[in-house]
Amino acid sequence: MNWQIHLPALILAVPLLGAFAVPLFNLGGKTLRHVCFVLISLATFVFAFLLWKTVLVSGTQVYVMGGETSALTLPSGMSFPIRIILQVDAFSAFMALLGSIASLAGAFFSVSFMERSSGIVRFTSLYLILTTGMLGMMITGDLFNFFVFLEIASIASFGLVAFWRDRPEAIEAGFKYMLVSQLAAMMVLIAVGFLYGRYSALNMAAVASVIHLGLAEKIALVFLLAALAMKCGTFPMHMWLPDAYAEAPAGVTCLLVAVSQASLYGLIRVCYSVYGLTMGSSLIPWVIIILGTASMFFGVSMAVIQHEIKRLIGYHSISQVGYMLLGLGVGLLALGDPQALADYGFTAMKGGVYHIFNYTMYKGLLFLAAGALYYVTGTKDLNEMGGLARRMPFTTIMFAIAAAAISGLPPFNGFVSKLLIYHSSFAVHPFFAVAALVTSVLTLASFVKIFQTAFLGPEKKKLEEVREVPSSMLIGMGVLTVTILVLTLFPTWTLSNLVEPAAKALVDQAGYIAAVMGGVF
Amino acid sequence: MIGNLPFIVVGVLFLIGLMAVLMEKNLIKIAIGIGIIEAATNLFLIVLGYRTGGSIPVYTFAGEVKTMVLPTPQALTLTAIVIALATSAFMLSLIILLYRHYGTLNVDEIRRLRG
Repeated sequence: MNWQIHLPALILAVPLLGAFAVPLFNLGGKTLRHVCFVLISLATFVFAFLLWKTVLVSGTQVYVMGGETSALTLPSGMSFPIRIILQVDAFSAFMALLGSIASLAGAFFSVSFMERSSGIVRFTSLYLILTTGMLGMMITGDLFNFFVFLEIASIASFGLVAFWRDRPEAIEAGFKYMLVSQLAAMMVLIAVGFLYGRYSALNMAAVASVIHLGLAEKIALVFLLAALAMKCGTFPMHMWLPDAYAEAPAGVTCLLVAVSQASLYGLIRVCYSVYGLTMGSSLIPWVIIILGTASMFFGVSMAVIQHEIKRLIGYHSISQVGYMLLGLGVGLLALGDPQALADYGFTAMKGGVYHIFNYTMYKGLLFLAAGALYYVTGTKDLNEMGGLARRMPFTTIMFAIAAAAISGLPPFNGFVSKLLIYHSSFAVHPFFAVAALVTSVLTLASFVKIFQTAFLGPEKKKLEEVREVPSSMLIGMGVLTVTILVLTLFPTWTLSNLVEPAAKALVDQAGYIAAVMGGVF
Repeated sequence: MIGNLPFIVVGVLFLIGLMAVLMEKNLIKIAIGIGIIEAATNLFLIVLGYRTGGSIPVYTFAGEVKTMVLPTPQALTLTAIVIALATSAFMLSLIILLYRHYGTLNVDEIRRLRG
């Protein structure tokens, strides 16, 4: 029997069991715990990579939890999927791959970074549970299961955001994040209820195969969109995001970036795979495009005036999420029209999908580098840093690479995905391309500011004792740097192997449905 | 009309909870608001699965009945209740910590993170 068919279950089981095994390993000492933490993350990454390879070669993987087939046949002859199904198409595998890379980098980083704090066992457990929740959201094919994983990820991340509980700011950020998350989660559950009430099915493909637009579906769509947009930090409900990102320990922030992408994944999955063309009017795509543009602009304009390094980078997250929403909204707008899809829609989707990967990598790296600065200087205030380039050469180089990538400087990977988005959004209206370009310029400006104040400039008296950070933190940052460089050096390979299958999987709603429903109807 | 009454109750409860979260200044009252929203959601799921005159969805004990209530929404609700329990406990413990740090429960005074 081929063990690889169990990969979708394994990438959830390994971190989940690992999370509960860590307290046991802790009995064997600190080193054993660290080794286990890193090995579990590494194993998750390897499984995610193998899963991605398998999906690329043999198409969508469907894994039924607790049964051979998903279908239940009634005496009347009617049959429909009832069990919990993990459905991994190229887009899910793509997301799982990037999520597990971020988790691995954060794990390496946290080993040394959290050394000075107490309660590391709980930290490690929560971190692995957060990884599980995130990967679960990305690969599940079931609406209610999506909600459960969303809550698993949320609860773990509340704990991690408020982990330094002696700091009032951390508790405050955790509480804010919790309010927004809980509201969003309940809205998701109500939307799931609406869809279940209409179709007596919770499986995404099963719902998608029979969906038609009525009042209940419209309400469900609005609830899902609002909730998931809140969770990924889009403009009107963005205020929790910089707080939570700034107050969480740096290794966690790196993972939180990927977790917010899991919410974005849910939004995209609902729009493309569950609703697809039944959305009918172009209202929803326009709402997504406008939300994206607004997030892009307001995020970056708030970022420019910050002087606390992690808050600054956190505000950039809002504007970067705007890029993805712009790209994927344009793709959604063109979905019904094959000509428009071929002309600019598919390019926009490729740009959006590629940007998700790029964003997670360089944003994670930026947060880790900011965490490294905090580790050595003990402050988050940019005005108190200076001249660190000579003392921390590796961190400086990696920060420079990430900053260049996020600002979209050629030839870095951020440039490629942004260029795809400029091109395609120009076809819808020139204004969007202009807004995206202006945002990019402002992004560059604020990263030049960070680089100038923290790394260059005169050395501060207080920082004379500063040394380069420990090697495990460097390895954590190195993982992300290497990924960015690979994406940068092989753009054609990346586009055709990584990005295009994922974007194609989104367009191919019929394929998504057939993978589960093929044997049933 | 009378059959839709539970759904109207759900809508009203959800709005009450939402207003509490948005308008109240006291952290405990905000937590209560979240609790009301959770209750509204659970009630919504249960009402979805109810069939008039239906019996419990267990074949063994049901006896001679034509209709049963739907079992799936009940399973969903149980899961949602467990999750709501965890988040409520967590939220209250965060409130305790906030009170220790700031000495107040008023959200207007708990504002170190701004701008």
